[in-house]
Amino acid sequence: MARTPAELVGAQPGPPFEITMDGRTVTALPGQSVAAALWGAGIVAWRTTRVGGRPRGAFCGIGQCYDCLATINGEPNQRACLVPARPGDAVTTQEGHGRAALGV
Amino acid sequence: MPLSASEAYEPHEPHASHEPHAPHASKEPGEPYDLAVIGAGSAGLAGAVTASELGLTVALLDASAHVGGQFYRTPEPALGAARPEALHHDWAAFADLRRRRQATGGITHLAGHHVWTVARQSDELWAVHAVTGADGAGERPVRVQARAILVATGAYERQLPFPGWTLPGVVGAGGAQAMLKSGLVLPGRRIVVAGSGPLLLAVASSLAAAGAHVPAVVEATGYLRYARHHRALAANPHKLLEAVVHGSALLRHRVRLRTRSAVTEVHGRERVEAVTVSRLDGDWRPVPGTGRRIACDALAVGHGLAPQIDLAVGLGCATRPTADGTSALVLDGHQETSVPGVWAAGETGGVGGAQLARAEGELAAYAVAARLGVRAPRTESAHVARLRRRRDRMRSFADAMARAHAPGPGWPEWLAEDTDVCRCEEVTAGAIREAVADLGARDARTVKLLTRAGMGWCQGRMCGAAVACLAAGANGAAGAAGVAGAAGADGAVAPPGERRPLAVPVALGALAALEPGEPPEPPTSPESNDSPRSPESPKSPKSPVEPDR
Repeated sequence: MARTPAELVGAQPGPPFEITMDGRTVTALPGQSVAAALWGAGIVAWRTTRVGGRPRGAFCGIGQCYDCLATINGEPNQRACLVPARPGDAVTTQEGHGRAALGV
Repeated sequence: MPLSASEAYEPHEPHASHEPHAPHASKEPGEPYDLAVIGAGSAGLAGAVTASELGLTVALLDASAHVGGQFYRTPEPALGAARPEALHHDWAAFADLRRRRQATGGITHLAGHHVWTVARQSDELWAVHAVTGADGAGERPVRVQARAILVATGAYERQLPFPGWTLPGVVGAGGAQAMLKSGLVLPGRRIVVAGSGPLLLAVASSLAAAGAHVPAVVEATGYLRYARHHRALAANPHKLLEAVVHGSALLRHRVRLRTRSAVTEVHGRERVEAVTVSRLDGDWRPVPGTGRRIACDALAVGHGLAPQIDLAVGLGCATRPTADGTSALVLDGHQETSVPGVWAAGETGGVGGAQLARAEGELAAYAVAARLGVRAPRTESAHVARLRRRRDRMRSFADAMARAHAPGPGWPEWLAEDTDVCRCEEVTAGAIREAVADLGARDARTVKLLTRAGMGWCQGRMCGAAVACLAAGANGAAGAAGVAGAAGADGAVAPPGERRPLAVPVALGALAALEPGEPPEPPTSPESNDSPRSPESPKSPKSPVEPDR
């Protein structure tokens, strides 16, 4: 019986690479979305809500719910479940609408 | 690759498929395509392939980088999966469609294209507008012109809220499946699967096969309800086989199926630590004192699927309420919507699964070809008749399934006053009940205007069913369980929740790039009394630049 999803499908991915989540190093596989890479590291929240400041992460997994919005390389409001992870990506917890710098 | 129909907006190479394809030889530069297919899942792919085989020029637009849709979502090629079929049922059918697609060579696959609206340019010409890129944030709008439209936009998962469902680690059942299929990851190690509908068994068996421990599958209905529709089941033995396959997989992984039960609370501070599972009565009311705690670090939950019909609704296509309380497109025997020139196939006409979607996609392609004056070979007529019979048989099974899994009217009793119903705008059940009981809201749209429920990024896709149901409850129409467009006790018809003038977020820069004379306003829906200039409309379209606050 397979122990991991990769074993189940006989995955032989290319060399893994690193991204960071709030400075912590996370290992990603080529082809994974940012959300998949974070799940792979056991991280399920990377945003806090605008009203209650509550943690959120991927929910629908197919780009419909917008709960997985992340700030990636300084750019907020990106759907982490759709955006492919790239070597060196710096993901930071998005607070609220992610535009605090604008003072709005 | 020539894509002259969109050159006005798209001077560069469009964000095209990573997979090889060849432009159809017979399409002249600047000419519209014969057919634009929106959605490259089972229905859209079957429709595009068949239409191309019949000699039509076809543009196949899809948000994803690869064909297959949600059902045949596959690991990214870079993940090097040697056995992608291990995560799929009926892989051979998909492999066959892909083979046929390569053989015909006449499909222009526009991957990474998020269609935000379809506009009628004349009686015989349509414009499909899309934004591009993985997240649709590429500010390069594309317009594809075609003589016919096939809407094959599939479905999204319907959610019913419950206390704690916004906690990280709670994910859509379909979402967990999608992340597993594409990214080979799990949301946790010990995952409870809950909600209602046949998808739950498939999700539980995939998660377990991929190494997760699944302590329970919690299903709100009693599976015995299928027995009432034994005729539909007997006529669709493949569905029985599918159930047996999933059932035996669950047995092998020692997964317990708890029917007539629901997760009524999620425990944990920053993420899921446990769930409470309660027994339900026949109306889905939790039975007091039956709650049992199950330790887990993730919960995959969903209550069936809702057809994704916003693009078609925007064109004025008529809808019908389905047996399980969603809205689907009204289609004729040839898959055409109420708007001539616009066809639909698959889940948009009512959720029925991948096999039905393929049959409908093929049927739609034959109908489009006939309308455009392309005569199918005479030998095809027996094939079409067979397809129609298969479609009708599978539709009747889908209806029986929908009836069996329709949410019971008592589910709102598991809500606490402070449970967020709208995840985006953080609107609680208490606030919505106040809007209904004290402020007189009688439909989801009024609740939205009063509370902002459904006004956030997802445009009500996650909370719409629940809000409609809570609003209808006061109308004495609770049994309708969130039927969009259902008549209340006073006969008033609530406007359907699927009116989304912009189906996906569009950056202001992308709108600004539209040609002068291109109407930025969405087309109006003739049978709806809801003005496109209704007060919330200017706020509904979200720009990634300026989130709605």
